[in-house]
This record gives sequence, structure tokens and C-alpha cells, in this order.
Amino acid sequence: MAHTERRDAPELPDFSLLKRLARDQLIFLLEQLPGKKDLFIDADLMSPLDRIANVTILKQHEVDKLYKVELKPIVSNSDQLCFLIRPRIQTVKWISDLVNSDKVAGRFRRYKIIFTPQKFYACETVLEEQGVYGDVTIDEWNFYILPLDDDILSLELPEFFRDNFLEGDQRWVTTAGSALHLLQTVYGSFSKVYGIGRCAKMVYESWRELMEEGEQRTRQPEFAKVFLIDRDVDYVTPLCSQVVYEGLVDDIFRIKCGSVEFGPDVTSSDKSIKVMLNSQDKVFNEIRNEHFSNVFGFLSQKAKNLQTAYDKRRGMDIQQMKAFVADELKGLKQEHRLLSLHIGASESMMKKKTKQDFQELLKTEHSLLEGFEIRECITYIEEHINRQVSMIESLRLLCLLSITENGLLSKDYRSLKAQYLQSYGIEHLLTFANLRQLGILEEQQAGETLTVMESRVGKLVNDKTVGKLTDAFSSLAKKSNFRALSKRLALVPKSGEEYDLRIPRDMAYIFSGAYIPLSCKLIEQVLERDGWTGLEEVTRMLNGQDFAVTGGSGSEARNRTDAQRIVLVMFLGGCTYSEISALRFLGKERGCRFIVVTTAITNSARLLEALLDNHA
Amino acid sequence: MAFVTANWNPLGEAFYRKIELYEMGWNLKDGLRECLVAAAPYGGPIALLKGHNRRSPSARPQLEIYSSSGVPLASFTWKSGVVKQLGWTVSDDLLCVQEDGTVLVYDLFGGFKRHFSMGNEVSQSQVLETKIFHSPYGTGVAIFTGALRFTLATNIDDIKLRRLPEVPGLQGAPTCWAVLTQDRQSKVLVANGSHLFVLDNTACTHVTPPGLSPQATSIVHMCVSFSYKYLALLTDSGHVWMGTSNLKEKLSEVDTKIKSSPKQMAWCRRPKSQQPSAVVMWDGLLVVVGECNETIQYHLDDDSILVPELDGVRIISGTHHELLQEVPGACEEIFKIASMAPGALLLEAHKEYEKESQKADEYLREIKEQSLLSEAVRQCVEAAGHEYEPETQKTLLRAASFGKCFLSNFPPEQFVIMCRDLRVLNAVRDFTVGIPLTHTQFKQMTVQVLIDRLVYRKLYPLAIEICRYLKTPEYQGVSRVLKHWACYKVQQKEESDEIIAKTVSVKLADAAGISYSEIATKAYESGRTELAIKLLEFEPRSGEQVPLLLKMKKSPLALSKAIESGDTDLVYTVVMYLKNELNRGDFFMMLRNQPVALSLYKQFCKHQEQDTLKDLFNQDDDHEELGNFYVKSSYKEQRLEARIALLQSAVDEYYKAKNEFSAKTTEDEMRLLRFQRKLEEEKGETLVGFSLHETMTTLLSVGLHKHAEQLYKDFRVPDKRFWWLKLKALAVKEDWEELEKFAKSKKSPIGYLPFVEVCIKHHNKPEAKKYVSKVTPEQKVKAHLAVGDMEGAAEAAIERRNESEISTVLSRCSTTTDQLLMERLNRAKATVAKK
Repeated sequence: MAHTERRDAPELPDFSLLKRLARDQLIFLLEQLPGKKDLFIDADLMSPLDRIANVTILKQHEVDKLYKVELKPIVSNSDQLCFLIRPRIQTVKWISDLVNSDKVAGRFRRYKIIFTPQKFYACETVLEEQGVYGDVTIDEWNFYILPLDDDILSLELPEFFRDNFLEGDQRWVTTAGSALHLLQTVYGSFSKVYGIGRCAKMVYESWRELMEEGEQRTRQPEFAKVFLIDRDVDYVTPLCSQVVYEGLVDDIFRIKCGSVEFGPDVTSSDKSIKVMLNSQDKVFNEIRNEHFSNVFGFLSQKAKNLQTAYDKRRGMDIQQMKAFVADELKGLKQEHRLLSLHIGASESMMKKKTKQDFQELLKTEHSLLEGFEIRECITYIEEHINRQVSMIESLRLLCLLSITENGLLSKDYRSLKAQYLQSYGIEHLLTFANLRQLGILEEQQAGETLTVMESRVGKLVNDKTVGKLTDAFSSLAKKSNFRALSKRLALVPKSGEEYDLRIPRDMAYIFSGAYIPLSCKLIEQVLERDGWTGLEEVTRMLNGQDFAVTGGSGSEARNRTDAQRIVLVMFLGGCTYSEISALRFLGKERGCRFIVVTTAITNSARLLEALLDNHA
Repeated sequence: MAFVTANWNPLGEAFYRKIELYEMGWNLKDGLRECLVAAAPYGGPIALLKGHNRRSPSARPQLEIYSSSGVPLASFTWKSGVVKQLGWTVSDDLLCVQEDGTVLVYDLFGGFKRHFSMGNEVSQSQVLETKIFHSPYGTGVAIFTGALRFTLATNIDDIKLRRLPEVPGLQGAPTCWAVLTQDRQSKVLVANGSHLFVLDNTACTHVTPPGLSPQATSIVHMCVSFSYKYLALLTDSGHVWMGTSNLKEKLSEVDTKIKSSPKQMAWCRRPKSQQPSAVVMWDGLLVVVGECNETIQYHLDDDSILVPELDGVRIISGTHHELLQEVPGACEEIFKIASMAPGALLLEAHKEYEKESQKADEYLREIKEQSLLSEAVRQCVEAAGHEYEPETQKTLLRAASFGKCFLSNFPPEQFVIMCRDLRVLNAVRDFTVGIPLTHTQFKQMTVQVLIDRLVYRKLYPLAIEICRYLKTPEYQGVSRVLKHWACYKVQQKEESDEIIAKTVSVKLADAAGISYSEIATKAYESGRTELAIKLLEFEPRSGEQVPLLLKMKKSPLALSKAIESGDTDLVYTVVMYLKNELNRGDFFMMLRNQPVALSLYKQFCKHQEQDTLKDLFNQDDDHEELGNFYVKSSYKEQRLEARIALLQSAVDEYYKAKNEFSAKTTEDEMRLLRFQRKLEEEKGETLVGFSLHETMTTLLSVGLHKHAEQLYKDFRVPDKRFWWLKLKALAVKEDWEELEKFAKSKKSPIGYLPFVEVCIKHHNKPEAKKYVSKVTPEQKVKAHLAVGDMEGAAEAAIERRNESEISTVLSRCSTTTDQLLMERLNRAKATVAKK
């Protein structure tokens, strides 16, 4: 197996501390409202909250009933209502309406809003405008980071991507900065910070300001380096079909907050089972990073081993049997249960994925990545749309086509768009507008309309802002130079060579040897060169915005402690399980370990769904 | 050294000493006669108002402010009303109480700060007498009015006027009165003849001091101690009664044998002192009274005033400034004649040591035998703190240091701190600075406050030196001083903006924790907006710049700064502020130049103000976005007509945006909607809102082929799509007959393989076979395989001589049933390979 742990792998810091901190603060906040109270929780906070404080703990602190925020009138008899929400205008408005309707009904209650991870001025403005500012008390629960696994920390902010990259709303930048600051205060400072992307730069700035404001503690750093990367640096990777086990499970069953619900077809019973997927699950831990084609073989081997272990019983005397039951049986039973689940899941995936369609889909993807037989690919996509296979999948292929080809020819763009709209309705006009704005799906253009716009705006404002504006525009009008990048960084291995997926030789194995994820390749290159020198051409193609800063403390001490070999990678806008697998592989190759901090775990479907506009 | 006790006078158990602090630097012709004088405690400044009784406009009174050493700080002609009383606040501001109850506040340098009134009642009935007092709540003013009532404000920074209850039987001014702070309340103690009253918020209580000598018919003077704990009363019989201020306990009573009315009386008591003592001053005479019957009498040459302090009384005359205090315990022990206290012995030992005499050892032994050496060192250190002459201080500290050598575990802190404190104290006691603080006062006041006072006196370099010397953390020390310096600097009108900005930035460059925005605020307050903006440039935290910029109405700059800070909340704050401040047009214009702010505001509008969003796009002539906006709103609309109307608006906008594609698509959508509704009405199928594809699928599945065809033609649906669609729809319905007809209707644009596959998918092999023959040669193998016809597949593959296809077929053959076929295929493969 390729993924056995290296012996010299550095020890990871204990992130459960973060959970404890968050729990203590939450309890403190709940106790600010003494007495029985009903708690309303934002739907997307339910799972993260469950990881921090379960229902029993909440009940211990006088939470009477728990409700999900549904933006509908409520049925609660409690005199104290507590709302645990993300700072969203919509939700705050709903609360204001609630308070106002209580007022009209002459009902007196106490209201408390706990914003997490922080409150926003805009939300307070809404409270003020609705005339309820004085009626509610406001608190902040600084729950920035949820440790999903030993090496995955999530901010659980899926809206980060859309808000920041599409809407140009940078409200979450400070949140990301605060998250880094929190890590720093708990685990020690970093010796070096690298980053690429506009948002990464802003996050770093916000973090630096926090550092300067706070007291300086010189501690032995627990992480050597930090790497910040914007999602818009690399859209290709999250748009590819995932074929590594964990990624595939996410694509098919959707992993939510580190746990997945396996339906009846997997459990081969009539009920669904919720399973936590992390390194605690011994079976999962061994297959999560494996290419899917290996998983089945591994599982059957495992099953055989298990059988042998069970078989030991035969020929045991009473004493041995007693020891066996006491020590091993429980572990074996547990492993047995997990094994059968994962076999079930693999079977179910196998059914879906080994079909002709999937093979052809992968072939098309690979052709797109290699830039081969583009015409055939377009025909394939067209047929895909015409047959109405899947709304998101079709869109995904269109986007891949556009990014890899640096935009579509006008003729193709129009015809594919028209067909797509015929299939899925014209509300996707808005989706296309969004995708164009992000530069994910665009029409090749002859004219330089953007520069015209820039100069027009430029005249109106002073020089300093022009720089900023140009930055803003250039990031909006990101020209994808995928082909050139791919050549420069050798992202696509030469075709025709056999790639043995059982013995991966580089990170490309996560895409069946067809493509090395750009994001991970960048990280590898920068760490290797200890900066961006030599990558100037690459960064230029990625619209610059790269930086490398040496941290103030502890950097000179070049001691090769464990901590020096831990690298923190922060994805702004989400990262996929495939990328995490690739980084784990890279870590093993280099003898270091990566900790992934992400605003949320994403995949192609989540990424594109965030850009749909039919729900808003 | 023998001189140390020269100015000591015994009184009962204790000694009192009078130390000269300064020879006054001022030059007063008439001394303090005819002057209204106020000196601030803790060695504070002195204010003089000369000729305050003169009313003629030709000879206006002169107000002068001096340091404690008589160095002039300010002087100006008094042009306001008649001043009844001068006084200093705890923060060294001068209060001038006028006859009409108006209080004017000046700073140390005579700069007018503000004024406030003590209320209508006071201004109508005029001020008769007034007292300024200090309490834990700040500086207060008490006034006795012409209406024979007391009005009181406890804290002049937060004025709450209180009118105290009437005093029974009061016909004119009371014989004497004082303000007390007790039980977290300010009270007034009034003597009317022999009657004594306490006035608090609600009541007037008659009180009797316990054991007041019966000869007295009237209380002529009273004073309260610095700590408000003790009270001294002087009666017309010449007795001084001393007791606690709650009038529960009498401490002593002494007959001064002087029956005339005194000029001033003050407590002269140090904390932890041995006896209560007060100082009474008559013309030319100063009497110190304590517990015993004797008194100390000093002769005064000149008109003087008494300034009560925490640990003594300062006496200021026209020429001199003196401190009268009880000799502190440590000093007494050491310097008392023939003292055998350990400290005294140590001092003696050190003296002998310096003389290189062996007697040093004898003295040391004597102390060590009693194991009192550490006590001796402690005494010397403490005494040094109380001595005023640097020479004496040095002698004592040297002795202490000498004694320390013979001790092993003596903690050094006390000695080190004392040395530092004394160095600071000597520096501020210097004539040019003129703050004659005692060590006790200094400890009470804290370094922080001392630094503040120095800053207030604009003695910035000294303040910085002291901070550096005492190693005060930068935030509280050097940086704070520099900030004050900068705030002062920016008010200097004679220098140009550039020069000031430059000097400030150079000086402050490497100081930590400087808030440029505060300095800029100061500049703005003194009317220098340009300078403020320049200074703000130095502020590293953009967040700090924004509020001031808004205040200065520099909103565009504020907005860009907020954006620079990357703090969305701040941007929101500015945007919301601007929204209320500017008219809509200007507001939009401003947003237009700031894409970040604009997108934020759009986010806000999306949820709160949909219409504003539309206006925004309108103003920008952003027809594309407007089109999108209408499309989006159309989906929220339930009624079809409204929906179509909105889509029409979208179409118009798209045309304006020259986006023909979107316009056409939207028009198509409108047509589709109408079509769907028509059919819905006719056929009762739910269709509205479906995409074109879905509509056609639905139509075909319910057998409305004609209508589907119509859509196909009307909307120029590509042939391929239509064929796929119809094929699938028919297969779902398992309408094989119709499917066959359809297949024969014309040549299929998608070929016939899909037909085969679809049939197989619906488990209809016989039907599938019908289409195999029609499949193009390239796809034949696949088709045969799909229907499971191995023979046919083999045939086709061999015919096409395609190696990979042959292999595909081979892989599907089973070894048991297809033996023959496999042989054939292998042979064919071999031939193909050869070629």
C-alpha cells in the first residue's frame, strides 16, 4: 500500500483544545441568559454545533427545546428565546419580525442573539431599522475553527466562496484572519508565511494587524510554515471528478461535517446509518487516500485477514478463548462492522462508476486536461446536455472546457448555452452571468472591453485607488492560462505512459495519473524553493498577488524539531478531499505533514451550486 | 550633620520641623497682601489675583499663575466679573468662582477652557462665600449664597447641583463652615455662634462636639484634615478642639490663649503620626497645637497662606515657601540627640568608617549583637526618603548601603526603589520645575500622575527622561508623553502643516502604541483639518482613521480608508453613514467609484431594499444587471402576467445592453410561458415553469406529439436533441410501435445505436434487434454486443478488420459456449495483426 504512515512523520498538535475552547465560551454565553430558554439554531450550524456541544450539554445549561431556524413563524412557549446564528441579514430580519409580532401581541419575552463567529454591523443595522435593537441582547460566539480530523480544520463557512469571489463581499476576510490568529495564540507562531491570491493577501493583512495589536508571545512554534491560497487560483482541480475513495464518497454521498449518511443500498438493511469518517475509523483511514480501483482489492484482503483472525478461535482451549473474547473480539467486531459498511459503499459506488458513462466522462475530462480532441469533447458535452443527464454535471463539463481552453469560441459558447437553457430553463441565464463574472465559463472575446472600463473608471478616482481597482478588475476578469500553466508546471504527465495506481509516483494519482492538481503543485514548488523565486512566470499567469513573509519570532532558530516539518495550508473558498489526499501524499514523500485549514470542504457540485441563482 | 535637628521643635512626644523649600522666584511688590491666593496641593501651582476688589474698569485686577517655586507661568488682566474665590482642580486646572455663580476654568498657562454656572438661584442671590474641595469623586464647589443657603456640586466634570436644606436660625453669614466628605456624600458643616450643624442632601442636623470647653460662646474657625477624617474647631475663647470629623470622639483640646480671630487654620498631621496637630495662623504668628498644653510658636514676617498637604502644611509668603511637618519617625530615631536606635548607630558607624576609625566596627558590633542590622538599614533608607537635602539623603543612603554589606539576605528592592524615587523627586523639586513633593505625597500620587502633571506643564523632555529612567512600559510612559507632546505641537499655529507633520512623525517614529488618530483629532479640534489629514496618513491602522475622517466630512477619503483596512464592518459603517448623510445621487456616485463598497451595499440591498438595487443599476446604466435583476424577480412572481411583464422589462434591458442572445432567450421564455399556459388551460397538464426540454418530454409522455412537434419547430430545437428526447420519452412509455414509426420517419441524426441502447435499457431485446441493422458500420459491434448477439458482433468486427474491436468481442466471449467463435476471432486477429 502506498499510504502507510512514515515512521518519522511529525506529531500533529492536539486540536481538540479548539473544541474545548469553543464549548466553554458557548456555555458561558448560554449562562448569560439564566433560566430555561428555547434555542434556535441556524440549519448549517447544527452539525458543527453537535461536534462542540451535544444536546445533553445544552440541556445541562437550561436549554429547553431546540429548533432549527426555518424563517417561519415559531411555536414556542418559552419566555426566553436564544438564537444561535450566522450573521446573515435574512435571519436577523426574521428575528426582528418575530420580536415585532410578539410586541403587537403584547407578549413579553427576552431575546438573545448569539452571532457566530462574529457579528456584523449590517446585522445590527437591520435590528436598528426594524426598531428592535433595544429589545434583544447581542453576543458573539467566536467559534472560528472546527477540527474535522487530525489534519483538517474547517471554518464551516461554505458561503465564503460565493460572498468573496462572486459578490465581492469581503466580510469573511477578517474571520479567516481571526482563525489564523486563534491558531497562533493557542499553538504558537509561524516562522514563514506564503500566499497567493487577492483574498489570501487580505487575510494575511488582517491577521498581521491582529498580531500587532495583541501581545507578542514568543513561543516555540508548532507549525513551521503557513501557505494561504485562494480558490480562484485553481478552479480546475475542484471541477474534476474525484476518484480517490474519500473524495468519491463525498461526491456520491456528500460528507457533511466529517460524517456521512449511508443509505439502505449501502447498509443492505432498511435503515440508513450515520458514520463518522475520520482517522478513528481504522478501515477508512487506510483506504481514504487510495485510488478507487485499489479499494476493492484492499477491502477483500482485509476481509480475508479478518476471517483468519476469527478463525483463530478454532483449536483454542478455554483459557485462550477467554482471552480472545476479552481482548480481540470487540476490536474485530468493530472492524467487521466498518468493513462491511465500506464494502457496501464501494459496491454502491462501483455500480455507479464502472458504467460505460462514467468511463466516457472520465475520458472526456482527461482529454480536456490534456487538450486533446477538443471537438469530440464538445460533441460529448452537447450530447450530455441534450440527454439531460445532470444539470450540475453538464455545467461542470462546460466550465472545465472553458477554463482549459481559455474560454469558448463564440459559436460554441452560444450554441452550448442555448442548449443548456433549453434543457434546464432560462433562470440559468443568471448562472451563466455568475460563471462569466468568475471567469469560469466565458466566451472568447476579441476586444479588450475591460481595459476600456478600467480607464473610464480610472479617470474618476485618484491614483492609489486605480491600483486597487485594476486589481479588482483583473481578478474578476481572470484569464485562465491553464494550458500554459500546465506546460510550465508539468501538471499533465505525458500520455501513453502506463501509470500504476497502486504505486503512485506523484500527486497525479488522485486523478488516475492524468493531472497533478495545480493548487497542490504550487504548494510543493513554493515549499521546495522556499519562496516564489523562479516561479515568476507562473505567478504572472495567475495574476500575481503572491507573497512570502518571514515571521518575526523563532524563524532564526533553524532547529529541526517536529514542528518545523508541519505546514499549515489554508484554502480560502474551500478545498476538496482529493486535494487533501494529494497533500497527504506529498507530506509522505517529503517527510513533513500538512494541516489543511479550509473555509469549507467543497467539491464540484457544491462549488457550482453556490453559483446557481435560481434559489435566491 | 549636627544641623539636621537645628530646625526641630518639640511638641509633646513629637518634634516638628520647618523646612525651607524655595526662595520664591517671583517679585511681588506688596507680598500677598490684598491678593486672592490659591495654591494646589501636591506641590501644585499658585494662582494670585491682585486687587480683586477693585471694580473700576480703569484698574482691572491682574491674574497671575506661578509654579510652587514662584516661576511665572501665566499672567493676564482679569476682564470678567468679580471673583470671589480661586481654586485648583485635581487635574491642575484653575477655577475662578465669580460673584454671579459662574465658574471659569483655565488651564495652568492661563488658557481659558470653559465655564459653567452654579445655577439660577446662585446667580440671582449672588455668592457670599465659596469653597473648593477635593473628594474621591473629583473637584467640587460649595457656595453660600445671599439667600443664606448652600449650593454644592461634588464633581465639576459632571455637574449635578444640589441645594442643601436651610440652616435654622441663620440670620447672616455663618461664623464659619467647611465641606466634609463622609459616607460617600459631601456634607457641609456650619457653625452659627456656638451651634454646629451638619447639612446633607436631605436634612440639617444639630450636633455637639463631645467635650468642647464650656467657656466658648462661638466657634470662630474650623478646618477638616486632608483625609476628611479629623476636624479642628477654634472657639472665641481661644481653645482649639480636635476630634474625629464624625464628632464622636475628642482627641484633644488646647488653649492658645489668643482670642482674636485667626486668618487661617489647617491640619498638620502625617499619616500614622503620633499626635493630632493643627496649625493656626494669625497676623505675624503661627501656632502649632498638639495634645499637650504647650504650643510651638513661629513668628511670621510677612503675609502668608497655609496650604494643607497630606503630611504637613506648606507656608507660602511673599518671599519664601516652607514646609511645616511633624518629623517622621525614622528621621527622629536617627537624628534625635543621643539616639541609640539602630539607624542612628549605623549612621555613626558609617561616619567612623569614612574617617577610617576602628570605632566603626564597635558600632556595627553593637547593632549586630542585637541583630538589628536589617532594621538599621531599613531606617536609614526610610529616613533618606523623608529628607529634603540631597546631601543628607546621600549620607543616609551610603550608611544604608554600608550596612547592607554585612547582611547576607537583605532584599535590595527597597534600597533601589528609594534611590530611584529620590532621583526623580530631586529632579521635580528643582527650582525650574517647582513641584516640591514629599516622598509620602509622591507615593500617594503615583508616578503615572506625576508624569501627567509634568506633561500638563509641558515639561516633555523631563517626563520622557523620568519614564525612561523608571523603565515605565512604553504604552504608559514614553509613548503617552510623546502623544501629549504631539497633541500640543499640532496646536502651534505659527508653524506650517508640513513642518509640524514632519516633526511629529520623526519624533514618534519608533515609539510603540502611538495613536496618530488621537493626535489628528486634536489637530482637527484646533481647526487644522489639512494637518489632521496629513497626520492620519501616519496612522498604520486604517480602521482608526475612519471615524475622524467622517467627523471632518472627508467622506470619500474615509470610504477609501475603510476599504483599505479590509474591515467590511468598517466599510458598512461608512456606507450607512453616507447613505444618511448624502442625497441619493451623490451617494450612488460615490459608491460607483468604490467597487468594494458598492458590492457590499448591493449585498445589503438584496435583502433589505430591492428597489434601491434597481436604482443603482439604473444610475450606472448597467442594463445587463438590470436584465438579470428582472429575470430574477420574475421567478418570485406568482402571477403569470406579472411574470411576463417583468421578463419583457428584462428583454428591453438586454437589448439596451446589446446582449441579443439573452434578449432572444428571454423572449423565447415568454413565448414558452404563454404556450404552456395555453396548453394548461386546454389539456389540464401542469406545464408552467418547466424548461423547454421538460415541457416537450411531458407533452410526448402524454401523447401530445403534435404540440411537441410544434415546439420543436417554433423554438428551433436541434434535431439531435429532439430525437434523443422523443426516443427516451417513447421508450419510457414503452410505445414501441410509435418508436418504430419515428425511426422510419427520416434518417436519425443521432444514429441508431441509441435506439438499440434505449430498448435494451427497457429490457426489450426483440425491439432492439430491429435497429441493429440500421446502425452505422463503426458502431455495429457495439450494437450487436448490446443485444447480446456474439455471432453478429464477431461477424461485424472481422469484417471491419479492427483489432481492438475483435479484442473487445473476445473479452466478452465465454470459454464454454463460444469456443468456435473465439477460434475464428483469434484467427482473424492474427491476420489483422500481420498486416
